[in-house]
Amino acid sequence: MSVDKATVQKIASLARIAVSEEEAERLVPELNNIIGWVEQLGEVDTSNVEPTTAVIPNTLRLREDVVTDGNVRDDVLANAPQAEHGFFAVPKVIE
Amino acid sequence: MSELTDFGVKRLRDGVRSGEFSAREVADAFIVNVSKAKELNAFLVETPDHALAAAKAADDARGRGDTLAPLAGVPIGMKDLFCTNGVQSAAASHILEGFEPRYESSVSQRLWDAGAGMLGKLNMDQFAMGSSNETSAFGNVVSPWRRTDGGNAPLTPGGSSGGSSAAIAARLCPAATGTDTGGSIRQPASFTGITGIKPTYGRCSRWGVIAFASSLDQAGAMARDVTDCAILLEAMAGFDPKDATSLDAPVPNWEAGLNPSLAGKRVGIPKEYRMDGMSPEIEALWQQGIDWAKDAGAEIVEVSLPHTKYALPAYYIIAPAEASSNLARYDGVRYGQRDLPDGAGLQDMYAATRAAGFGDEVKRRIMIGTYVLSAGFYDAYYTQAQKVRTLIAQDFENAWGLCDLLLTPTAPSAAFGLGETTDPLSMYLNDVFTVPSSLAGLPAMSVPGGLDKQGLPLGLQIIGKAMDEQNVLNAGLALEQRAGFTARPDAWW
Repeated sequence: MSVDKATVQKIASLARIAVSEEEAERLVPELNNIIGWVEQLGEVDTSNVEPTTAVIPNTLRLREDVVTDGNVRDDVLANAPQAEHGFFAVPKVIE
Repeated sequence: MSELTDFGVKRLRDGVRSGEFSAREVADAFIVNVSKAKELNAFLVETPDHALAAAKAADDARGRGDTLAPLAGVPIGMKDLFCTNGVQSAAASHILEGFEPRYESSVSQRLWDAGAGMLGKLNMDQFAMGSSNETSAFGNVVSPWRRTDGGNAPLTPGGSSGGSSAAIAARLCPAATGTDTGGSIRQPASFTGITGIKPTYGRCSRWGVIAFASSLDQAGAMARDVTDCAILLEAMAGFDPKDATSLDAPVPNWEAGLNPSLAGKRVGIPKEYRMDGMSPEIEALWQQGIDWAKDAGAEIVEVSLPHTKYALPAYYIIAPAEASSNLARYDGVRYGQRDLPDGAGLQDMYAATRAAGFGDEVKRRIMIGTYVLSAGFYDAYYTQAQKVRTLIAQDFENAWGLCDLLLTPTAPSAAFGLGETTDPLSMYLNDVFTVPSSLAGLPAMSVPGGLDKQGLPLGLQIIGKAMDEQNVLNAGLALEQRAGFTARPDAWW
């Protein structure tokens, strides 16, 4: 499988990263080199192999169903690029 | 008092306990060294007040006759990947520039609770993606080491924990935290002639550690010798209910358990690590390590890890896939930088923010990860990589039938010059010996073995069974005692 410029632009759009025409051009061979290299995994017979879900056996724990945090609004907002009236502010979403 | 900065963790701890010197004297000495070493660019933020406050607490406790905390009087460096309360935690990326968490990572909190102080936040590859420190948004760290050819070419301290490795080698701190996703503790340790251990996945809490690839990320200890690593790791490790993959297991007293005898231990030499075109110096170092292990009483056995060659490509699917998901959170809304072009809507803001905030290698990995997880490709790439990962873990399981530990070189070369490796794929090959154990979640450490012809350090790697850090440390100690590595970089900075 190899990617072309249109695919690079599609991936960039899925990843929400703006790329210019020139960047997309540059990324085509870079990504193809890497993708071509990882494709050697295709030669491994994995027909009876389960994909890894956890490297060290562990069980998912349950905790008591109680509130353990909250009342930290100002801490949560402290690093926001734009916080107004106790909210995160973003550009207008609905016209 | 400059000689205080030549002391390691154990020596400083014991000296403060006995009253040979005060914690304040120790902190002052390291703060001076940090402030004089700007050329190395190892620290992104200096926090002398933090180190001095911890020193005062240690000296006050001693004055009152209280029992001192395990790391009282020991100032350390903190990799910038750890969130530290009120101190910029940027993962060396522009997108988090100015981010001052209102909380403390579990690992750093444990270290402060153990009495340690913080000298500052250490530079690194951006989001821990890189093997040379060149992806930092704040300029690369320069290794304190130089080749003996007189050329003074600036060298890489390794990566991603390159600020940590450089600072320890240059005596700016006696020890530091590191994190290891595919070799980011071990390779920089090898490049700078220091010691570093990545414990079993789940030993150290990931809570408050800025995420790269969550199934691989693991914090660990970096210092100048094995004993110091054992002491630091003991303070860092432990169950944390805030991390779902944290291991609910007691932390052994690794320092007290140190024993340099390998009598009765079988040390495996994986034949697949003997790669075509391997440098003769690396091969010689490996043989030297084998001889040292024998001398320490070990029985040497050849073992096979047949899927070794697939570890790197599997890693470069799994790690970017997890990164593309983890780094989706940087949206310019909740924290970090925002780029809002005139008249832009929400989607444009996301794309502009991420384009401006992420470095090239980070973007490359997010895009690879997005591609391998996208509709129609998921099974061919991601699921296949996770199946190969199962086979790699099984290789290790099979080897444990024949041996207790594995001994390999840490990296395929000594430190290279900054700017010498520009192709991403060649850069990835740095992790060829460290990635397989990362994929299997196993404890592994690097100890200095000697110098190459250019006068640069080379490291040996020990890999152990899951949860068996003690035997990894013990083998490290056996090698350390025989290597007698005392070389150090001359202070040119």
